[in-house]
Amino acid sequence: MALIKCPGYPEDTLRSLAERLPCRETQLATLLALMGQPDQYSYPSVFIYGHRATGKSHVVLSIMKDLELPHASVDCVECVSSGLLFHQVLSAFFGPDAAALLPRCPSLSDFVRLYKQMSSNSPATQTRYIILDRAERMRDMDFSLLPALLRLQELVNDNVTVILLSEIVWEKFRPNTGCFEPLLFHFPDYSKAELVQILSWDHHPSYTPELYASYINILLGVFFSVCRDLRELRHLAVLNFSKFCEPLEKGEAKESDIHKLWKNIEPHLQRAMQTVYLREVSSVQWEQQFFFSPLPVVLSAHAHIELPYYSKFLLIAAYLASFNPARTDRRFFLKSHGKIRKTNFLKKHEKTSNHLLGPKPFPLDRLMAIFYSVVDSRVAPTASIFSQISSLVTLQLLSQVGHDDQLDSPKYKCSVSLDFILAISRCVCVCVRLYRYQYYKFLNDTQPYI
Amino acid sequence: MSEIPLTSSVSKGCFVFKSASKKRKRHVGVGGYLVDDSDENGSDRFRICQKLWETVQTNTEVIQDQLNKKVLDSLAEFIKKHGLGCSSDNWRQRARETPTAALMLGVNVPDHAMTFRSLCNLLQDSVTPFVVSVHAKECAAVKLLIQKVLEQLMGRGVSVDEEQEDDTALLQRTQCTISALCQWYKTVTKKCTQVFPQRTESLTNSDLPQSLPVVVIFKDFEAFNSQVLQDFILICSRYTQELPFIFIFGIATSPSAIQHRLPHSVSSLLCIEVFHSLSCTQHLASVFDKLILNSQFPFKLSSRVIQVLVGIFLYHDFSVQNFVKGLQFSMLEHFKSQPLSMLCCQKQEALLSAKTLSKKNVERIRHLPSFMRYVETQEPQEQVQLLTNDEHVKEVCQQLLKNLHKYHKNYYPILQCLHSLTSSLPKFPLGKHIRELHVSCIEKNLWETEEYDSALQLLRILAKDELVAALRKCAEILKSTKILQNVLQQLEDFIGRLEALEGVSSEDSSGNGIISGKMEYQRTDLFQLQKTLLEKESRRTKRMNPFEVLRSQVIEFIDSLVREYLTPAELQPLNEVCYYNSSGVLRQRLNVTPRTSIQAALSHPFYYLQNESLKTDAGTISSAAPDLCIVYKLHLECGRLINLYDWLEAFLTVMSAAEDQDTNSEECGKYDSLKQLFQRWNFLVSLNQQNRRLTMWQD
Repeated sequence: MALIKCPGYPEDTLRSLAERLPCRETQLATLLALMGQPDQYSYPSVFIYGHRATGKSHVVLSIMKDLELPHASVDCVECVSSGLLFHQVLSAFFGPDAAALLPRCPSLSDFVRLYKQMSSNSPATQTRYIILDRAERMRDMDFSLLPALLRLQELVNDNVTVILLSEIVWEKFRPNTGCFEPLLFHFPDYSKAELVQILSWDHHPSYTPELYASYINILLGVFFSVCRDLRELRHLAVLNFSKFCEPLEKGEAKESDIHKLWKNIEPHLQRAMQTVYLREVSSVQWEQQFFFSPLPVVLSAHAHIELPYYSKFLLIAAYLASFNPARTDRRFFLKSHGKIRKTNFLKKHEKTSNHLLGPKPFPLDRLMAIFYSVVDSRVAPTASIFSQISSLVTLQLLSQVGHDDQLDSPKYKCSVSLDFILAISRCVCVCVRLYRYQYYKFLNDTQPYI
Repeated sequence: MSEIPLTSSVSKGCFVFKSASKKRKRHVGVGGYLVDDSDENGSDRFRICQKLWETVQTNTEVIQDQLNKKVLDSLAEFIKKHGLGCSSDNWRQRARETPTAALMLGVNVPDHAMTFRSLCNLLQDSVTPFVVSVHAKECAAVKLLIQKVLEQLMGRGVSVDEEQEDDTALLQRTQCTISALCQWYKTVTKKCTQVFPQRTESLTNSDLPQSLPVVVIFKDFEAFNSQVLQDFILICSRYTQELPFIFIFGIATSPSAIQHRLPHSVSSLLCIEVFHSLSCTQHLASVFDKLILNSQFPFKLSSRVIQVLVGIFLYHDFSVQNFVKGLQFSMLEHFKSQPLSMLCCQKQEALLSAKTLSKKNVERIRHLPSFMRYVETQEPQEQVQLLTNDEHVKEVCQQLLKNLHKYHKNYYPILQCLHSLTSSLPKFPLGKHIRELHVSCIEKNLWETEEYDSALQLLRILAKDELVAALRKCAEILKSTKILQNVLQQLEDFIGRLEALEGVSSEDSSGNGIISGKMEYQRTDLFQLQKTLLEKESRRTKRMNPFEVLRSQVIEFIDSLVREYLTPAELQPLNEVCYYNSSGVLRQRLNVTPRTSIQAALSHPFYYLQNESLKTDAGTISSAAPDLCIVYKLHLECGRLINLYDWLEAFLTVMSAAEDQDTNSEECGKYDSLKQLFQRWNFLVSLNQQNRRLTMWQD
């Protein structure tokens, strides 16, 4: 490990910092070099990007906290308005009294003015840092906010640096009017070896670190292909460790019997990947399964929804309206549709699967027309049928599109899958397949080969 | 001016028709609607109706509480567990998982409000005072959602503690953040521990100051904007250490809605457990048992009305709340339209009011179809008495009321018995639910239906243990009602005899065993085998074993019970007093068809406007009618295809007949807007746009 040196900071703090941030030494050194000595001016804005859980905020905040630098850390998700951001920055630097001076709906210039006023009273002896986590949210705020923050140093004439943390690259941020380019800095993903090294850190006190390291190796063997999120892996490691140790506690195996332990834990981890990792089963239930009860039914297994009778038909009709071309309605829903020539029936541009294209919007009238022909009995167009359509919309089984002509002819889309519709139609004994355009096309396409 | 109504144009959007009698009393009490000049006991009926409605309300609430008790208790348990356990295991804190309960409520959205209300009350009483419930409508943005949460929490804090009021008044919009909530929570919990030290101790079992969780209930999870939800969860997860949040998602569809709404990065912050509430059909069944299949409840619904109400439930909304509303409506309608409904109350009361029937009401009783049928069955002398002597009618009436009550008392236990017998049969010939059986019983003679025959056929081939179990169930039902003791006696007698058969039947089976044993030794040609089998078959048909004899006796007995007690209600004299049977009105009121009302309004404007000058004969077109109606009637006179020019001409002719002025251009403008309105209502579809003379297609 290269010893990190940086003048102006106490050396033992730096050493402990480097120890606390394994596998991030180079990033730490570069950041410290960028920051320079505490009283020196730093680069006005730094943009740090990298995937989830690559240690961006952790490294930056550890530096700030350990070296006791003046900083304001703001999560942009929380800042539903820019005023909140200003408020947090000012109260971190100059105390809550300063923040209270902000007007009710502060503008950027209010913030700059107040900052200037405050910093003239207490000029910065050390560089002040503003750390903006999840900076991608800034793009949704006021368009002038980001360019202004990037050169805040100039604006307020103070030794201040803005550090932006984000999961996406800078190119997606750049406003089209142009702006000051921040210093870009990438945090790469952890490699597998690095993950092992980091995860082995929190080994259980009652077992040897070697055992835990081998456990982590097994865990990564299962999960590394689907998940490289350190936080998630750590969560899974803690969840499953007790199961790993079970043979040891029962005395069935020794710590050296790695193969036996592997055989014991492997299927368990595979199951965890399908359930806990996807949050199909909550972590508490996962833990309790050994002690009390068998695993509860997973979340996605309860796909069935009880619907009123006509709602089912409305959904079926909506599905057909969404995925069948409108011109084929005559063919499917009229009793005396006559014969239809194949060449006309299948248009060329409709050769691609409708399911790849997604549901198409349809007007209410078409929905009702298909509905009346699908339902076998005579149905009066009662108000409750129409209210069922709107309740299907609130349940998000249908979605309303276009907001221009709500009263006259609202348009809808069907947002449920074919499997769902097939399950419903089995309940009400309607053969949806017969009505599906896709089905006919399939027959038509495959006939030469049969 | 006031004589001629102004119906100049639809573009004005409303017509003012002044009521002819201005002196009508403005403030009539609710009960006043039932009081007529010709009717002296309207207030009595209103009182009875109100009393009945109160019992309905309390009953439904009790049922709801009972049904929800299990799921609500388990929810409260879940929250308690997480509220206490969270701080102890710190690894979950590191993963920043927020405990979340997914409460599956079913698609009957109108019923949810009641469940959430009782959930809120339960949580506030037993777990934590910090319960917030939010509705998607109020939370279109994260800012609003946070504001709502803060308002509800801090507002509650104020109501608990009066001194804090000036502090929260200072709360500015800018400080509307979760961190502000954190500050508030710290001070409040500190105060709580000071104010009720015993309570918190009993809750925490340790000296941890933070223990009371903050429960946020999302009432309609599906309707929330997913971005708002994601942001809110992300923000809250930052504060899990300081603020023990617990979420409850009220989900109407299925738990997979969570996965559709939230990406993995967000759902990994939740620790989700699923809770199922009772299905709405079960809820309906228990409401039905309590309110309709109950002899204590004097108001009854006829089979048609039940079919309408259950149909609305099954076909349209699945909402028990709406079902009860329908029941309420039919109750009001019954007490309003049927003057004799004053007799529709508990037995003693009904007998009392039967004694003091007025002359008019006696006459009304004589005109009841069921009473007339009763009279016809009597001796001629008695008939004369009944038609002339008021006092005699009153006495007979009392007797008939007693009979009616007795009929109901016997009817329901027997119905339940029959249901318990037939509900386990394959293919459910008499219906899966007791309500179906009830409907077919009160509609017609059950024993004349095919379904009943097939059910009896199936009962005749029941095995012994099944039969005994079914009969035991019936005996239990009868035991709990404490009437029909003789029937119960007979049933128990049958059960005893069936059980005594134990030895006999086993002997019989052993006999069979011997025969089969013999067969094995013989082992000859096919012909022989066929012969012996045929022989066996014929022997069985000839001679029933004792069990079969007894079984057919039991079935006979059940059949006789059905014929005696499950007679249709319509055959009972005076059934009109208790039974509400105008299903047409109910359907018209509860299951409205907008298009029919539009058509009615257009073709008969008098129906809605109630203005004398609009009364017209069929076929004629009055120029006094609103122009919309005129256009509509003219369009009805055309065929499938309408020539717009002719239509306009006809319209102008009618209009000018009224005004004999030359305001053609104005009329044309009016006509144009009317045409557009018709297109909007889908009465017309434009057929050919290119022609200058538009031709329209009449829908």
